[in-house]
Amino acid sequence: MANDAIEAQTAPARIYRHRLATRLWHWINAVSVIVLLGSGLMILNAHPHLYWGEFGANFDEPWFSVSMVFADGRVPGWLTIPSNYSLSAGRRWHLFFALVLGFGLLAFMVASLINRHFKRDLRVAREDVSPKHLAHDVREHLALRFHDPKRPARYNSLQKWSYILVVFVLLPLVILTGLTMSPGMNAAWPWLLDLFGGRQSARSIHFIVAMALAGFIVVHLALVILAGVWNETRSMITGWWRVPEHRPLEDKP
Amino acid sequence: MIHRRKVIAGLAVGAGGLLAGCDRLNESEGFRGLLRRGEDANLALQRLLINRNALAREYRPDQMSPIFRANGTRRPEGEAYAAQAAANFANWRITVDGLVANPLSLSMDQIRAMPARSQITRHDCVEGWSAIGKWTGPRLSLILDAARLQPAASYLVFHCADTLDGRPYYESIDLVDAFHPQTIMAWAMNDRVLGVPYGAPVRLRVERQLGYKHAKYVERIEAVASLDALYGGKGGYWEDVADYEWYAGI
Repeated sequence: MANDAIEAQTAPARIYRHRLATRLWHWINAVSVIVLLGSGLMILNAHPHLYWGEFGANFDEPWFSVSMVFADGRVPGWLTIPSNYSLSAGRRWHLFFALVLGFGLLAFMVASLINRHFKRDLRVAREDVSPKHLAHDVREHLALRFHDPKRPARYNSLQKWSYILVVFVLLPLVILTGLTMSPGMNAAWPWLLDLFGGRQSARSIHFIVAMALAGFIVVHLALVILAGVWNETRSMITGWWRVPEHRPLEDKP
Repeated sequence: MIHRRKVIAGLAVGAGGLLAGCDRLNESEGFRGLLRRGEDANLALQRLLINRNALAREYRPDQMSPIFRANGTRRPEGEAYAAQAAANFANWRITVDGLVANPLSLSMDQIRAMPARSQITRHDCVEGWSAIGKWTGPRLSLILDAARLQPAASYLVFHCADTLDGRPYYESIDLVDAFHPQTIMAWAMNDRVLGVPYGAPVRLRVERQLGYKHAKYVERIEAVASLDALYGGKGGYWEDVADYEWYAGI
């Protein structure tokens, strides 16, 4: 505590950046998505081919086979949950955490409408669609400067677009394509099949979106490390984030 | 940068530890019990969302798979089945017993003489593949109405003529699926008499669930109050042997 007090005198301001709902959802979602990726790859091993259209089995032409990536045609155990082959265990993990993901996202969306997180932090502003501003943002990222010194609490445009993509596009898509693979849900909501062009198309899109989410995680972790791993991680645990020192504020108190 | 390298190494170790942790959790009976609650939740949710009589999609003839993959048992072992097949299943009977007021023993001629429903539906294997085919046979509800279920009957168990690794195949469904309009005892496929790889002479079609529920080579339908006393007690061959979910609507 004493250390903190000394630091507080010399360090720039701290900002309460992430509210409780955001932090809770972040960690619940992080666990869910990682478990879903691992168990999903386990399930893929049961039939490691993807097709377009309504049907697709051994006599049909796949557009993707795991053998294109891994020579033995199986996703290796270090990427799957569980690590040994078990379709039933993979499905139990997957279908349990799918519920956590789906209802977690729903709760986060409701909470973020109520606490105005979406409106304040994710609403698209004019600058977010300006090519000039976006180009500037890219240059700033390449220089490893991620925060506008004048408005350090704001998400930068690329960050905003990434979160919008994940929260409003990728996660809903992965949930809906997952539901489209359920024969029960096909009877309840037959429009799902029309929306995605058939069950095997939905399965393919499910996999593509899952890989996009895996890509997001990699970039996200890389940027957390580059932006300052302790400051960023702490802000997602306690909510408090220290404004980076490499570009001090002009009107430092 | 050394600091960052440490962080990346830490993340890698963390990821490895995470997987090892998942494996350990996977071995824990308590945690597996928790995961199984997911199956209960999915069943409850789907029963809430899906109208009892909501139909599985039916397809046009031009949407059918060129080749329908046969799966599981392709030909039951044993002389009894071979003799039945040699006689074109003229002597095959399905008995309907258990908690019924009027036990039945139906010949294939009797089953083929019943009003039949034809449906072109998609067969979804738990492994992930799908094939579309046409199935023809009487609604299971017609047979159950004739057998008159007793009030205590909650499940229908399908006893099959095939064995896998020496264990008899069986499956079970509840009354919601048993009385569903598309739940039929199919004796024809793609406008031809059902072939041996697909479950000859008669198989169950339960279109809102995955493939392993669609029992082939059915020789007995038993109405029961509980699944506990049958075979491994989990309501089906794959449920007993490999811990597949009993509810396979997802």
